[in-house]
Amino acid sequence: MAGHESTYQPKSRFERWLDERLPIARMMHAQFVDFPTPRNINYLWTTGGMLSFFLGVQILTGIVLAMHYLPSAHDAFSSVEAIRRDVNYGWLIRNLHAVGASMFFLAVYIHIARGLYYGSYKAPREVLWILGVIILLLMMATAFMGYSLPWGQMSFWAVTVITNLFSSIDSIVPGLGTRIVQWLWGGFSVSGTTLTRFYSLHYVLPFAIVGVVVLHIWALHTVGQNNPTGLEIKTKSDSVPMSPHAVMKDLFGLAVFMVLFTWFVFFLPDYLGHADNFIEANPLSTPPHIVPEWYFLPYYAILRAIPNKLLGVIAMFSSIILLCFVPWLDTSRVRSTKYRPLYKWFFWLFILTVIALGYLGSKPPEGLYVFWARIFTAYYFIHLLLVLPIVGVIETPTPLPRSISEAVLAGAGGPVSVGAASAPEKR
Amino acid sequence: MATGSVEDTNRRDFIVIAAQAFAGVGAAVALWPFIQQMNPDASTQALASIEVDLSPVKEGQAITVSWRGKPVFVRHRTGQEVQAAKEVKLADLVDRSARNDALPESAPATDPNRTKKGKESWIVLVGICTHLGCIPKGQSLNDSRGDYGGWFCPCHGSHYDTAGRIRRGPAPRNLEVPTYEFVSDSKIKIG
Amino acid sequence: MTPRFAWRGAPSVGSVFGALWLALAAPVSAAEDAHPEIHRQHWSFGGVLGHYDDAQLQRGFKVYTEVCARCHGIRRLAFRNLAQPGGPSFPEAAVKSLAATYQVDAEPNEEGKVGQRPATLADNIPPPHRNEQEARFALNGALPPDLSLITRARAAEEATPFYRVPDRMLRDVLTAYQESGADYVYAYLLGYKEPPPNIKLADFMNYNVAFPGHQTAMPNPFLGGDGMVKYDDNTPATLDNYARDVTAFLAWAADPKLEERKRMGILVVAYIVLTALLLGLAKRRIWRDAH
Repeated sequence: MAGHESTYQPKSRFERWLDERLPIARMMHAQFVDFPTPRNINYLWTTGGMLSFFLGVQILTGIVLAMHYLPSAHDAFSSVEAIRRDVNYGWLIRNLHAVGASMFFLAVYIHIARGLYYGSYKAPREVLWILGVIILLLMMATAFMGYSLPWGQMSFWAVTVITNLFSSIDSIVPGLGTRIVQWLWGGFSVSGTTLTRFYSLHYVLPFAIVGVVVLHIWALHTVGQNNPTGLEIKTKSDSVPMSPHAVMKDLFGLAVFMVLFTWFVFFLPDYLGHADNFIEANPLSTPPHIVPEWYFLPYYAILRAIPNKLLGVIAMFSSIILLCFVPWLDTSRVRSTKYRPLYKWFFWLFILTVIALGYLGSKPPEGLYVFWARIFTAYYFIHLLLVLPIVGVIETPTPLPRSISEAVLAGAGGPVSVGAASAPEKR
Repeated sequence: MATGSVEDTNRRDFIVIAAQAFAGVGAAVALWPFIQQMNPDASTQALASIEVDLSPVKEGQAITVSWRGKPVFVRHRTGQEVQAAKEVKLADLVDRSARNDALPESAPATDPNRTKKGKESWIVLVGICTHLGCIPKGQSLNDSRGDYGGWFCPCHGSHYDTAGRIRRGPAPRNLEVPTYEFVSDSKIKIG
Repeated sequence: MTPRFAWRGAPSVGSVFGALWLALAAPVSAAEDAHPEIHRQHWSFGGVLGHYDDAQLQRGFKVYTEVCARCHGIRRLAFRNLAQPGGPSFPEAAVKSLAATYQVDAEPNEEGKVGQRPATLADNIPPPHRNEQEARFALNGALPPDLSLITRARAAEEATPFYRVPDRMLRDVLTAYQESGADYVYAYLLGYKEPPPNIKLADFMNYNVAFPGHQTAMPNPFLGGDGMVKYDDNTPATLDNYARDVTAFLAWAADPKLEERKRMGILVVAYIVLTALLLGLAKRRIWRDAH
């Protein structure tokens, strides 16, 4: 993969014996020790390692929580309380899992933003990118179902609202939407039957995510990592071995992110959640404001911005599905936004849009909030459908450096006279 | 790109080793809560001991209480039952060990070793047959008590005497005497 | 220095957005700090170094049993919790006697009848009403919520303009502020006032300045005034103290692991910061000769 020769030398008799039968050590060495990594990748590239780590944390804490959690409408809430109060370190494992989900999404959004900025989705990385979108969709499904499990007020009503969206299909095929919703619910309303099936799926989907992540890493290692210049690795001086260089950088990035993670786990465990979820689910009482978890807020804002129910649902799902087409929507000849002075503005406007939509999604759909949600929703789609294709064609990129090494040695992202810098670079 | 010895020097660098050591120790310590969470939780621990009020249990009567998920027989023995238990010679016993959690295994299965001093009319036993785990009969008034006046296990025919000792049948050991104490004249704490 | 992803060459982008931001940010007056009726209080359990004051929790429990327990259950608390460290830490013998004054359902007897027995340490605190219907029947259709999680299940709404949200969030995160529920409960307990002349109270409703919508079915619990609960220590028996102490007790009831959590948190965060530092130095060491 990535066209480099394996330099693995089995050191002991056992290693030689194994190498002849299952060359897993050789593969590990080629992919994770010897693998040429662009020397100029910045800390945004540590998000990949973080995400793998957090997937592991979620699976481990989830499996342990499943030893104590009771997936029935009658017992779910109480079992979570028992975990918080009585299970040894139950409070800790629960906080790790709940905060871990938020950290997982924070890292994934930074990861995606990095990809958008540096053109990591452009050929030959289209499949890599699409696999990423699939992972995002699986994460969202998993998180949505996971949030229902404590069976608090917000759990219950969020499930009710989101599953009810499928009834919008009634306007295309009468009766079909309602049948689908009842099929999802397992009844005529959200109930314990819905809870148990969500529990089963919530437990299994992360393993599907693991599978797609393996494909994602495979696709990545086939084409090699992108880097801030967008140039390919051409010579040995363009790269460093993955171990120890990139691995150590990943570990450092992860450790810094862990400070944020543990800060929330120990000091602000309920900050990212909603107070209403500490009230046991009551099918006869709707909370005044139903809001999803923060990582769903932008999509929620898009959903509510469109006055028509079906179109709102379509817009919400499109906002993610459209991401799959970004490699083809973007017409720029240049990969990295570093060299795209015009697009740069639009990129940041897009980021602002997503953040604004997140804020608006947390507000009641009234007055000015609705107005601005519509403006930002419009820009979201304008960016993907119009800005990406048009700006790529009309803009004049700044000149690219001749190689990664040149960019690094010049101490800048832009083209400079080659002999400029000779002092060691700090990174 | 430096290879070979220069890289090896890096790897042996103190700071690199220190960093990896800190990370490694942190990861190992982080594992502990995941192991500890499988131990009995606080609500289970709260039921590790129970108190039983003996005042409603008249002489000749018996009650069964649930302790740590197991049945515990508490019988208020009559004078005859106590006498019968005391008269049994150790040599006649199948299992000569007292099987009292408060005593070492070598303690002989005399009646005083199976009861509390000054409270010999009370016998407290874990009501699980030592053969294959059935619950012996003998607690209710209409139950068969076996040939020795104590308890009888209907599953495979083990006979226990008035001190809960196995006398005949496939059971290998005397019924277990759990850890308990009299916290007052009419109340015991088991566990 | 390797350029960060967008800072270099794009200060123009950052500065424009930044200027826009600053232009919109108005200076904050004290009144904007929180919802007009709900101010942030100082709680001993707030912040990174937060811990419970045992004596306060004990007083709070007294207020709960004498004032609130008539209507509100607290059924997720077990009697043994009252004796465990990190909470009111009552002596175990005292809690045992207290528990014995409560009756709970016993196991069915030989006839299948379910009698009552005194509660033990292992039992949860029995609620005043057997079920929702009994509560509503006794209280004009109102259902007093169980108080086990009340300080977590409520939050003080803060009217923050959008441009202040980032710095408010930053402040709350850095100071580890999670006491919004406690602030609300405290404000609510002391929030019973005469309704303004233009408000018409519905039947059986009471006016409360902190309650969303201002009309609550719960009557003022502190009509007895100062001194209605006798404190065993030297703390003044004022309504303000009743409200503070019972709120602190309820905060503990909702989060009994707080002390252990924050203590561990300080150690863990410090350890990870140290490890991150070392890893950073190690990374530089390894990259030093990657030219």
